[in-house]
Amino acid sequence: MAKILVITSGKGGVGKTTTSAAIGTGLALRGHKTVVVDFDVGLRNLDLIMGCERRVVYDFVNVIQGDASLSQALIKDKRLENLYVLAASQTRDKDALSTEGVGRVMDELRESFEYIICDSPAGIEKGAHLAMYFADEAIVVTNPEVSSVRDSDRMLGLLASKSRRSENGEEPIKEHLLLTRYSPDRVTKGEMLGVEDVEEILAIRLLGVIPESQSVLKASNQGIPVILDEQSDAGQAYSDAVERLLGKETPHRFLDVQKKGFLQRLFGGRE
Amino acid sequence: MSHADLLDPAPVFQLKGSMLAITVLELAHNDLARLDHQLSEKVAQAPNFFQNTPLVLALDKLQPGAQRLDLHALLAVCRSHGLRTLAIRANLAEHIAAAQALDLPVLPPSSARERPIGPGATAAPVPAKKPEKPAEPVIRPTRVVTTPVRGGQQIYAPGGDLLVLAPVSAGAELLADGNIHVYAPMRGRALAGIKGNGQARIFCRVLAAELLSIAGRYKVAEDLRRDPNWGEAVHIHLAGDVLNITRL
Ligand SMILES: Nc1ncnc2c1ncn2[C@@H]1O[C@H](COP(=O)(O)OP(=O)(O)OP(=O)(O)O)[C@@H](O)[C@H]1O
Ligand SMILES: [Mg+2]
Repeated sequence: MAKILVITSGKGGVGKTTTSAAIGTGLALRGHKTVVVDFDVGLRNLDLIMGCERRVVYDFVNVIQGDASLSQALIKDKRLENLYVLAASQTRDKDALSTEGVGRVMDELRESFEYIICDSPAGIEKGAHLAMYFADEAIVVTNPEVSSVRDSDRMLGLLASKSRRSENGEEPIKEHLLLTRYSPDRVTKGEMLGVEDVEEILAIRLLGVIPESQSVLKASNQGIPVILDEQSDAGQAYSDAVERLLGKETPHRFLDVQKKGFLQRLFGGRE
Repeated sequence: MSHADLLDPAPVFQLKGSMLAITVLELAHNDLARLDHQLSEKVAQAPNFFQNTPLVLALDKLQPGAQRLDLHALLAVCRSHGLRTLAIRANLAEHIAAAQALDLPVLPPSSARERPIGPGATAAPVPAKKPEKPAEPVIRPTRVVTTPVRGGQQIYAPGGDLLVLAPVSAGAELLADGNIHVYAPMRGRALAGIKGNGQARIFCRVLAAELLSIAGRYKVAEDLRRDPNWGEAVHIHLAGDVLNITRL
């Protein structure tokens, strides 16, 4: 059975697109046929981070409006056999999306994919609503700061009350918390909320903690999802999260302040 | 009687005010056949009550109907069951005119509260209060919420209590006409007794609320945070005009 997974947050710039690319790639790496759909109509970031921006011909809006077929619009990843991207339109706005049109595309994607990852725009307006409306599961991306936690909380309320599942009285959307841009150092200094604080406030299952890492910016500049950088802490943390999403229990890493070793202290360590 | 007798100054009467309990028959429907039938039933239950019982016949609560009220016939029905009409209470010109035609005094519509009475054990003219049957309690089901109440959500329990078994987030709002119970951290707003019930109470496992209110009296987070019970399991009730927070 195909699964629709929305990556959402409420607040902007917390790492939704980074996460969509990483989780989508991670699922494909593990043999699951996956498509990542960019709902951020008007901005178009996903294709950049996935490194396929030069091959976008048709986009999501074209498919909804019947200007192109789905197979024409789907962009196949050049590294992974099982991975596809459906890009957002840069020339349109979110009004080009309709519940009915999105529903049709989702139904069609369900026929050929195992996982449909929806990269939500920020906010709680139409675009974000449509990105989560058809979801079976949701990854709520949160940064360890009060405003981000509040917005995630608000989004969780909408997931529970304004989705297709809730309207049909079906089983609720399964919710996962992904804490990103986590910096144990700053938590210790009291500049950021700790994992436990966020978990306590949001009271949902913790899927993973992604550390604040230079590797993310580097990866996105190169158009390579950070999960493919197996040496990086963020890449490893995303891999763990994918494992947990698939039902494996693995301990959380990168939660504590790294004690710098003697040589590292002497020569300066890698971030 | 001589003229002189007429001028005798010794008073032959005295005017006295008196409050007397009197039976009021408040007519709801202009249906004399049904009235007759239902009065017969009452008489069968308490024959002592219906012996020349003085009565005020109230027509001011009568449902407006198409048919004209036959006051003469109405009085006859009452009389046949031992009720002697002293006066009518009315507000419609039509009823007042009918009463005057029969030389019956008219009382103004009552604003005083009358309690319903019925045939009691005591005989007329002062009927005893009917042993009061406890009013049917109106029990509204408690509204029970088992999933977290998130920021931006509002939950209202009309006419009753609200019971929440999951955390209530900052920015969420709970409303109830009755009590509010939160068996988890309470970080949002809770307003109990919103229709003015000062007896309503709020209970929460962890006091971390943005606002608490009972019957319109409230405390905001700024006050609540200073309370020694902040973060504790508490119970809030209204004492006079102030919210009283006590540890559970
Ligand atoms: N773990 C991380 N460490 C360091 N930087 C990060 C991390 N995750 C995301 N970023 C950076 O944060 C910025 C925003 O990330 P991203 O575009 O994924 O967020 P978004 O939630 O999709 O934003 P928007 O709401 O605009 O769609 C980017 O510059 C990205 O490189
Ligand atoms: Mg984005």
